[in-house]
Amino acid sequence: MTTQSLSREAPLFRPLTSWRPKLILGSLLTGLVAGLLFYSWNYQIQNDIGVTGINRPVFWGFYITNFVFWIGISHAGTLISAILRVTSANWRRPITRCAEAITVFALSIGALFPLIHLGRPWLFWFMIPLPNYRGLWPNFRSPLVWDMMAIGTYLTGSILYLLLPMIPDLAILRDRYMADNPKSVRARIYRFLALGWRGTAQQWHSLESGIRTLAVIIIPVAVSVHTIVSWDFSMTRQPMWHSTIFGPYFVVGAIYSGIAVLMVAMYLLRKGMGLEFYLNDKVFNNLGLLFLTFSLIWGYFTFAEHLTVWYGNEPSEMAVFTERISGQFAWVFWGMILLNAAVPILVLSFPLGRKPLFTAIVGVGVLIGMWIERFLIVVGTLSLPRLDFTVGSYQPSWTELGILVGSFGLFVLLYLIFVQIAPIVSIWEVREGELNSASAQGHATAVNQSVETT
Amino acid sequence: MTRWGMVIDTDRCTGCGACVVACHSENNIQTVGEEQAKNGRAMHWLRIERQYEGEFPDLRVRFVPVLCQQCGSAPCEPVCPVYATYRTTEGLNAMVYSRCIGTRYCANNCPYTVRFFNWYEGEWPKPLDRQLNPDVSVRPAGVMEKCTFCIQRIHKGKDQAKDEDRQVRDSDIETACSQSCPARAITFGDLEDSESQVAQMAKSARASHLLEHLGTDPSVIYLKGGE
Repeated sequence: MTTQSLSREAPLFRPLTSWRPKLILGSLLTGLVAGLLFYSWNYQIQNDIGVTGINRPVFWGFYITNFVFWIGISHAGTLISAILRVTSANWRRPITRCAEAITVFALSIGALFPLIHLGRPWLFWFMIPLPNYRGLWPNFRSPLVWDMMAIGTYLTGSILYLLLPMIPDLAILRDRYMADNPKSVRARIYRFLALGWRGTAQQWHSLESGIRTLAVIIIPVAVSVHTIVSWDFSMTRQPMWHSTIFGPYFVVGAIYSGIAVLMVAMYLLRKGMGLEFYLNDKVFNNLGLLFLTFSLIWGYFTFAEHLTVWYGNEPSEMAVFTERISGQFAWVFWGMILLNAAVPILVLSFPLGRKPLFTAIVGVGVLIGMWIERFLIVVGTLSLPRLDFTVGSYQPSWTELGILVGSFGLFVLLYLIFVQIAPIVSIWEVREGELNSASAQGHATAVNQSVETT
Repeated sequence: MTRWGMVIDTDRCTGCGACVVACHSENNIQTVGEEQAKNGRAMHWLRIERQYEGEFPDLRVRFVPVLCQQCGSAPCEPVCPVYATYRTTEGLNAMVYSRCIGTRYCANNCPYTVRFFNWYEGEWPKPLDRQLNPDVSVRPAGVMEKCTFCIQRIHKGKDQAKDEDRQVRDSDIETACSQSCPARAITFGDLEDSESQVAQMAKSARASHLLEHLGTDPSVIYLKGGE
């Protein structure tokens, strides 16, 4: 069993123990794309926020769209993996790590956007409740302050939630590197990161109760984050923003886009790293079913949201509604319906559609669709203010496009780096699962032995 | 208590635009140029909108000067994360430019779209820089601004009354727009003072608020309906 699992685990260790030319090249290329974000942002800071396409009345544009989009994606990991952990779904084992890493990176990028969009980003700390020379607290009534706190909590929580279950794997790596050369920098770093993990029964007990507690805590935190993001809109009284459905609608949309990016990432990891054993068809099938469920829930929410607006027939709401259904945004709106509801429901309903390649293709479509949804919410409402003297239009500038493209580059770059510093599949959790099914022995000691034999 | 307010008689307004020009020069509002104006970046704290009444050929245009309504229950205030906009004890929506970090949330939540953002730093080509009003700060790029009810003139009027050891009289303070209106369509004063001209006019049967159903409790009152 041990030799067998060792040969299976080989592809996980390959990028960690040796330089992989493809990974290095990929990191450099995505690094270049990521540079576009920082180049454009710097250009914007030097030349003022006017270099964007936003105007009056469309005061928010691509940046807020990207913000909601990336924060939404961050619900992939922590939330999905926490739900699966809490419900002891066994098929979660190979995907928790790669999902949790998505959360941390997407959230970090998402949290950049509120800063990028500020007129004076260097003053963002005015929002932080510090005792300061201004003698002024931030305005706790503002959803933006809630936002900052929710995202701060979620980022801290999900970094812990990524790191904690990684300790036994970091210990495996530490032992390997120490065996190679105990004096090497790498061995020292991993010795520090493994936090003195020896695999004693006491340590296993602490780890498991820690993970269980974090998983339970992180679920309401994740739900609150995207609810508060939705409240940035629904706390205002703008047409088609001021809606009670927005909280749950955004949370569902976030998890939906999170699963989408997870499907794409899993497909690419499976292909690129040869992880067919871990990310097998069964995992794709199960996650595909969850994906299908969320496309149905998303479709239901979208229908409910639009039906009530249409039936209510309030003029200022209808102006935004009509523009969306049959006006200038119609092709975007119906494209979104196609990508987010029609195609996923059709494809994922069949077992064949839940094969890796198809789920990944549907995932890309859903990502585009969910970005469109946020764009429609932000720009669709803002371009039609209540006093119809000032009807607006919006055309993104090169700076905004550069930052959007750059944010994708940055995400992939961070992910590629992560693959090179930690096993992308949680090794001990998979081993634990195998042992659980193999025997009814106390798993702690068994896993412990298998950790020691490596 | 004082609540500064304004009454605008749309039956008198000719749409000449003198108030807009006066507002620009009084409050150091930047002119953005043709290209930026085309992109929706024009800045006028006070603007004259056209309301079309009736069907062609019985069409009638009514001019509506729209400015910050200095709402009693202002949607812009609670959403600002840094208290850059807040309500003063005299019923004004004040803007503190140095606090503003530029989230533009206030502008999104303003149903009247009367808030203006400094996308770029203002430019006053020579010799226009010499006519900048020394009583009003020139705003940097990245902050929000809007009509202040000429708060510098309010301060001046109150200071003068204090120097002369008396209360502020109704005619003491005038905003740049009301002062420059040739048709006398704009009147400024204290709504709480029942003797004041604005308080009298606010009682008119012709009086209404802009988007009254939203419950923002504006301090600007429009008169409309007479000939």
